[in-house]
Amino acid sequence: MTDLTPVLSATWGLERSWNFDTYCANGGYDGAKKAFAMAPADIIQAVKDSGLRGRGGAGFPTGMKWGFLPAPDGGPRYLVVNADESEPGTCKDIPTMMNAPHTLVEGVIITSFAIGSNHAFIYVRGEVVHVYRRVMKAVQEAYDNGWLGKNIQGTGFDLDVTVHAGAGAYICGEETALLDSLEGRRGQPRLKPPFPAVAGLYARPTVVNNVESIASVPAIIANGVEWFTSMGTERSKGMGFFSLSGHVKHPGQYEAPLGITLRELLEMAGGMREGHELKFWTPGGSSTPIFTDAHLDTPLDYESVGAAGSMLGTRALQIFDETTCVVRAVTRWTEFYKHESCGKCTPCREGTYWLTLILRRIEAGTGTPADIQQLLDTCDSILGRAFCALGDGATSCITSSVKLFAQEYADHVEQGRCPFDHAASALFDYDEKPSTAAEEAHA
Amino acid sequence: MTYDDATHAKLVKDAAAIMARYPVARSGLLPMLHLVQSIDGHVSPDGIQFCADQLDLTTAEVSAVATFYTQYKRRPNGTYQVGVCTNTLCAVMGGDEIWRRLSEHVGVGNDETTEDGLITLEKLECNAGCDYAPVMMVNWEFFDNMTPDRALAIVDEILAGKDVKPTRGADTVATFKDTSRVLAGFTDGRADEDQGAGIATLAGVEFAKHGLPQEPAPKAAPAKAAATKAAPRKAAPRKAAPRKATPSAAAKSAPAPKTGRGKE
Repeated sequence: MTDLTPVLSATWGLERSWNFDTYCANGGYDGAKKAFAMAPADIIQAVKDSGLRGRGGAGFPTGMKWGFLPAPDGGPRYLVVNADESEPGTCKDIPTMMNAPHTLVEGVIITSFAIGSNHAFIYVRGEVVHVYRRVMKAVQEAYDNGWLGKNIQGTGFDLDVTVHAGAGAYICGEETALLDSLEGRRGQPRLKPPFPAVAGLYARPTVVNNVESIASVPAIIANGVEWFTSMGTERSKGMGFFSLSGHVKHPGQYEAPLGITLRELLEMAGGMREGHELKFWTPGGSSTPIFTDAHLDTPLDYESVGAAGSMLGTRALQIFDETTCVVRAVTRWTEFYKHESCGKCTPCREGTYWLTLILRRIEAGTGTPADIQQLLDTCDSILGRAFCALGDGATSCITSSVKLFAQEYADHVEQGRCPFDHAASALFDYDEKPSTAAEEAHA
Repeated sequence: MTYDDATHAKLVKDAAAIMARYPVARSGLLPMLHLVQSIDGHVSPDGIQFCADQLDLTTAEVSAVATFYTQYKRRPNGTYQVGVCTNTLCAVMGGDEIWRRLSEHVGVGNDETTEDGLITLEKLECNAGCDYAPVMMVNWEFFDNMTPDRALAIVDEILAGKDVKPTRGADTVATFKDTSRVLAGFTDGRADEDQGAGIATLAGVEFAKHGLPQEPAPKAAPAKAAATKAAPRKAAPRKAAPRKATPSAAAKSAPAPKTGRGKE
C-alpha cells in the first residue's frame, strides 16, 4: 500500500493556514532563503534533476522548460502562473490557493529568481472570488514582509507580482491563449513555434507554469532533489494531487507519490458509494481517454497511464458507478468542448458542433447505427488538426467510450431511448421527469 | 458618456491603477471590464466606450474582447448570479435535477434574470469544485454538496433579501457589483473570512493522520450547531474538521523531512 505524502497540503488544516505567519511558522520561505544563496543556474539544474514535470496536464519537464529561455539580452522576461484551473474534474489548484497561497508565492519568487524575471503574473480564473482574495492577500503580505518588491531580503533582486483575474473561458488554460488573454485580447491560442520561451508575453521570453508545478518548487529546494526523487517512479518523480470526485464515499484531495493506483486511492477514499461498483473513470480530466475497472491497478504515472492508452493529465479522477449512462456523460462533455471552443480553427469549431448534434440524438434515442461511425469519422477530422489540444481533448472521451462501451451506444439506437434511470446516479432521491435536461440546449 | 462626473472621475482613477499593474496598458482590459461591470452591473455601451477611451482602442476592439468571456454580461445582471454546474460530473450526481427545480422555482431560464433584478440563473461549466459535487455558485462563491432543497432554500433567502453564506468562502456573498470590483483587483479586505477548508479538501490530510473516518461518519462539527441558526441547511456537512492539526502529524507518511518542508 502506497502511503500518502501531504506536502503542499500539509498545512491546509491549520488555523488561518493561508496567512503569512502560519506559513512561516511551518517552514515557509525556507526554500526561498536557500534559493537566494544559490546561483540561478543551479536552481534550474536542481529542478531539472528533480524530474518535476508540469502538473497542469501536459507533463512537460519543468526545469527543461525554464532552460529553453534564450540567454538574457537585457530586456524583460516573464513568469506567468497558469491558475486558470478549469479542466472538468480538476480541483487541486483552487484548494492550494485557497488554503496555502504562500506556497505559490514562494514558488513564484524562487522561479523568477532562477529564470531572471522581475515581473511575474498569476492568472487566476475569474469564477472563484475567494481564491482571488486569498492570492491577492498573500502577495500583499509578501510585499509587506520584504519578499516582493525592490531588493528582496537584501539580495538586490527585484520582483513584482500581478494577480490577474480571468473572465470565464476554459481555453485560457492553454498557455498561449492565456498569454493573449493576459495581453487584453480574446483568449485564442497562438501557432507554435515560436514557443513562449522565445516569444511569450509581449513577445518576450516567458515561462508559463501551472500552480502545482510552481508550488512544488519551494519544497524541492528546501528539502533537496533526493528527497523529491525518493517519491514516485523511475520517470515520474515526486508527489502530486490525485483529486477524487464522483461516486466515491470520501471524495477529495489525496496528495501521493506518482505511481499510486486507483485501487489504493479508492481504499483511502472508503471505496465506491454503498452498494455500487466502478464503471468508468477519467485518469486526468475529461480530455483524457476514459478507463474502466480493468485499469484499477495501472500505476498513475505518466508512462504507465500513457501505455494503457490514456494520459495522466491533471490527475483528476472522475469516478462513475454502474448507474451512469456513458453516452449521457460523453454528450455532456462534448457540449462543454463545443461551448469552450474558441472558434479559431475550423475542425474544432465545426467538429465539436456536429459531434454535439450527433451525440444528442443518440442519447435521445433518435440516432441511427450510422451515427456511431459518423462520430468516429468526425473525431478523425478534428484530432491533430487544430492549433491547440482542445479539439484533441474533445475526441478523447468519444473514441475511448465507443471502444469500451460500444454496446451501450448500440442500445440507445436499438431501444430508441436511454436505457438508464438518471435519478439513480444522483446523490439524492428524486423521480425523473420525462423530457428534462437532455433535450434542452446546454448553452 | 452618461456617467456623472464623480463616477467618471473615480473610474478614471481606478482604471489608471489597473493599467499601472502591467508593463503594457492593454493588459488591463480584462480587469477594466470587471470594473465597469462593478458600476453598471453589466458591460454597458458606456462601459465599453470608457474602456476604449482609456486604452486608446476602438469600441469594436473592446466589444470583441468583452463578448469572448462568459463572465462579462451584456444585459443588466441580477444582484446575485446563481450558477448550477451542469458539466458531466455534477450533472450526473444531481446537478441536472437541481437546475430543473431551481429554474422552475425561480421562474427564469439560463442566462435570464428575475423581474425584481435579484437573481440571474446560469448553467455553469466546471467550476473546479468537483470533489464537492453537485456544486452551485452564487456570485462566484462555493455552495458545495447541493441538493434541490438546499438550493431552493438558499435562493429563497436571497429573494427574501437575506444574506447567504457560502460553504467555502467569505462569511456572506457579496453583491454581483461588489464581486466584480474584487475581480478588477480592488481588495475588499475579506480574505480572512473563512468557513473551514472543507471536508473533501482535507480528505487526504485526514487519512494520512487517522486513516478512514469511523463508520458511520461522525456528524460534522455538532458542537457548532448552536451557533448556526438556519434550519434548512443543518443536515449538510458544512464545516470541515477544526483547523487544529499540526503539519508534522499530517505528513507522517511523507519521506523525511517529515513535514515535507525544510524542517531538518
